[in-house]
Amino acid sequence: MRFNFTEEQDALRREIKDFLEKEWGEEARRRAEEAGDMASDHSPSFHQKLARRKLLALNWPKEYGGRGWTPIEMAIFNEELGYYGVLSNCYRNTMIIGSAICHFGTDEQKKKYLPDLAAGRKLFCIGYTEPNAGSDLASLETTAAEDGDEYVVNGVKVFNTGGHIADYCWLATRTDPDAPKHKGITVFMVDLKSPGISIRPLYNVADGHGQSELVFQDVRVPKENIVGGRNRGWYLIAKALDIERINTGVRARHQRVLEELVEYCKETKRNGIPLIKDPLVRQQIVQLCTEAKAARLIAYKVIYQQSKGEIPDVSASMAKLSGGELSQKIAYLGMQLLGLRSIIHGSSKWSAMEGKLEYMVRETIPHTVGAGTSEIQRTVIAGRGFGLPRG
Amino acid sequence: MDYGFSEAQELLRASVKEFMVNEAPLAHVREMEENSTGFAPGLWRKLAQLDWIGLDYPEKYAGLDGSFLDVAVVMEEMGRALFPSPYFASAILGGHTVLAAGNDNQKEDLLPKVVRGETILTLALTEPSGSYEASGVETTATAASGGGHVLNGTKLLVPFAHVADRLIVVARSDGQGTAETSISLFLVDPKAAGVTITPLRIISGEKQSEVGLQNVKVAAADLLGTLGGGWPVVGDVLDKAKVAMSAEMVGGSQAALEMTLNYVKNRIQFGGPIGRFQAIQHRLADLATDIESARWLAYEAAWEISEGQPASAAASMAKAFISDVYVRMGRAAVQFHGGYGYMKEFDVQFYFRRAKASEAILGDQYANRELAAQQMGL
Repeated sequence: MRFNFTEEQDALRREIKDFLEKEWGEEARRRAEEAGDMASDHSPSFHQKLARRKLLALNWPKEYGGRGWTPIEMAIFNEELGYYGVLSNCYRNTMIIGSAICHFGTDEQKKKYLPDLAAGRKLFCIGYTEPNAGSDLASLETTAAEDGDEYVVNGVKVFNTGGHIADYCWLATRTDPDAPKHKGITVFMVDLKSPGISIRPLYNVADGHGQSELVFQDVRVPKENIVGGRNRGWYLIAKALDIERINTGVRARHQRVLEELVEYCKETKRNGIPLIKDPLVRQQIVQLCTEAKAARLIAYKVIYQQSKGEIPDVSASMAKLSGGELSQKIAYLGMQLLGLRSIIHGSSKWSAMEGKLEYMVRETIPHTVGAGTSEIQRTVIAGRGFGLPRG
Repeated sequence: MDYGFSEAQELLRASVKEFMVNEAPLAHVREMEENSTGFAPGLWRKLAQLDWIGLDYPEKYAGLDGSFLDVAVVMEEMGRALFPSPYFASAILGGHTVLAAGNDNQKEDLLPKVVRGETILTLALTEPSGSYEASGVETTATAASGGGHVLNGTKLLVPFAHVADRLIVVARSDGQGTAETSISLFLVDPKAAGVTITPLRIISGEKQSEVGLQNVKVAAADLLGTLGGGWPVVGDVLDKAKVAMSAEMVGGSQAALEMTLNYVKNRIQFGGPIGRFQAIQHRLADLATDIESARWLAYEAAWEISEGQPASAAASMAKAFISDVYVRMGRAAVQFHGGYGYMKEFDVQFYFRRAKASEAILGDQYANRELAAQQMGL
């Protein structure tokens, strides 16, 4: 048992840090904010920069232009991206979709999509959730009906992250309405310029419009755009969700806020003494630091299992559950510690900690909802982990 | 990064687990709670024969030269079984104090016997103040005219003092130093004149005692370490003890969880097992996640100790976290067992009572969070 990284991994982290310090400083960030990239969580120009540094296809096999990094190196990379608050959809595009194409795609699909993803020229969005299929995703109703060499897609998808800036949709559809619900699902790669698709951005409480509603009306999709085989979609989805549940980047971003909060508590006096000298504040801060440490340990446990080629069992759900809940605890405690001025938006000179905490309170709501709600994670732990029956 | 245990450690865990299942089921825990000795000397000898007492001790003292992670593995499995034995008192608290502070004679004299289970040591640290701070030590050590010291004071909650062969008494030796720089350690024979040992009845049923010291004479040769140099040694031993105990509490929490899962799968109400209700499922899922968190906090701290890194913050964090989790798990376990949960003839209450005792021992969550805050420079 060993909890430190290898020398090579430490060097890699330094290399990424150096790159981000240089290329994603105040100036780059400000320009991205001015360009409105915050709202969609994606800076096209910086995404290109990552591509030019060959940092977009890291975990793909070398034969597809990747570097063959293991999940541990990927976790390091994601942590640094998260810590520095990089705006790039690279996580979804190269780590989730790109990896899935490497794994499940045909040779033609690999040739067509991988180079564009690695070069940052094209983006995918994920089309899973529907108005009537959220936690119970397998009951999705969007249909794809076979018609000659094509399928005809009809349905509505909601909360598609990156829908309005993407070129393709990684779309889950029902291809066999008579099969048991998990066994009639097929994943297609759909060109979003196809006739019959309308996209409406959804604005969330954090003033972002990273997510969209996608309506498909008689959209014709070529057969060769099926990934992983007809009616095999649930398997692909489950595999991709396991990756999504342990995004170390999100946790690292919140770790940084926690660190800044500690500094704030050292510097800010209330009733004549620094906040951090208040026994209650100390208790709460240490508790969160301990939970953050534990969340990181569990996340890396899952990553370690993946690096060994093991299936991470319920640990992935535990990591998702504890990490998601923790991000909100940090946000809520943070606002309380900042006091009255915590409610002022970061654009005001009167905001506390540049409004980061009130933003975080709004921004972290999806962390206990997306990629499986906290309640679903608990149900997975109880069902798959404990073998308890369904109620 | 390696989240796996070595093959030897996996084997060790399997052996300890098997030993506990075969030799020390909860009926044994029940028996030992009633029994005034509080442990089975026969099992203790077996433990020694299996080389489990001196896992992390140097070979020259009959140990196996293993790592503190080995200790964590053993403690976790002992915690699962609530195994009553002097292991923690003797091998961790007592033995590690001698290992850190003893001179060659003391180490050669005591440690091989500790490792072979022939000598039981314990650390007499806490007092009526209930404090784990140096300032809480009021027992005095006064220099005697013919050399050596005279001890006076009361030690409380000294584990396994009633069967110990040697007590290590933490006392305030005369001198003008601060609370931290005037603490010394003394090896005391419990049969010496002026020593009275009175077992205390505590919530968990573990055997801990009050140790009265009235004009107890200690020879100069029984000073452990330097005069006034005792506190850093105690601090170091407390870090190790917290990590070992955290691992033990993780094992206890896991056992309480498993016992409860077994119950809710089999308890039929409203026409089906109560484990199908999400009111139960989600609370247990949260607890399992917290136990998993606590487990890795404990392992990480054990690894830091085995690497010789400063581990005070990690140890305090681990102990703080599991103190909260074990009690919550113990409470849920009792709650979900309904009326059977609080009946003495059933076993689940053992875990609840142990959790409450373990929470307080070595500092509860509040005390340890404050210590971690100090270690983190807050």
